[in-house]
Amino acid sequence: MITKMSHVCVYVINQDRAYEFYTNKLGFKVKTDAPMGKDARWLTVCPPEQPELEITLFPITAGEMFTKETANTMAELVKKGTFGCGVFTCNDIFATYEELKAKGVEFTKPPKKEFYGTEAIFKDDSGNWFSLAQLG
Amino acid sequence: MTSEQYPKMYLYRRIVQAKLFIDSHYASAIDVNNIADEAYFSKFHFIRLFRKIYGKTPHQYLTVVRIEQSMQLLKSDIPVSEVCYAVGFESFSSFSGLFKRIVGITPSAYAAQQQKIKIEIAESPLTFVPGCFAEKHGWMKK
Repeated sequence: MITKMSHVCVYVINQDRAYEFYTNKLGFKVKTDAPMGKDARWLTVCPPEQPELEITLFPITAGEMFTKETANTMAELVKKGTFGCGVFTCNDIFATYEELKAKGVEFTKPPKKEFYGTEAIFKDDSGNWFSLAQLG
Repeated sequence: MTSEQYPKMYLYRRIVQAKLFIDSHYASAIDVNNIADEAYFSKFHFIRLFRKIYGKTPHQYLTVVRIEQSMQLLKSDIPVSEVCYAVGFESFSSFSGLFKRIVGITPSAYAAQQQKIKIEIAESPLTFVPGCFAEKHGWMKK
């Protein structure tokens, strides 16, 4: 029986910029930052109140994992905002929205009341979009 | 957006400004009066609104920010006594006591624990990576 998710991948264009975005703008904590040789780095972050979920900031680079063609295609899709990567929840969406906006986070949808709660949508520095929700 | 969907946004903006003021000035000798001034509120009205939004009083939030920043600094080689003053505490005993209450261990024990993790990452980084990802990246071969 599956009990929990421990790691999830978010594909990013530039790992250093993603580090800055997820820690300094979103306020996430660095869980693991391990150099893997001179060109690679295993970097995971987690929301402040969910240390057990590691969000891996995975750079889209050609190499063992992706061919050059695949990496180029993926980078284009990410930049275009093709991928929705998940939902983050918060206690007060209006305060969180104002804070993230003040820090320069781009929202494609301001907070709006829906039948399941209040939801906004923002993009990370690569183009991945996330829902920000206050449920209930 | 209608006013029904948006509560008093100007109040939110002012409280968020005060929270960001704490985030960027935690290392200075700030107190609730400075922070309330930043939000253009009377002290008691400000404390009430801040607590409603963040679940903590401004002073409690300032303490948490200082402790979290000290945790970052303790991951480097900066001595514990220097870290205490670098994040805005004026007394080592109050820093140490609050740190233990919030983090669960003393600042020195936390620094030692972080040094140990740093050494483990440097010596065997693959321990921290799920095997399937290391395999796909070709890191197992290196």
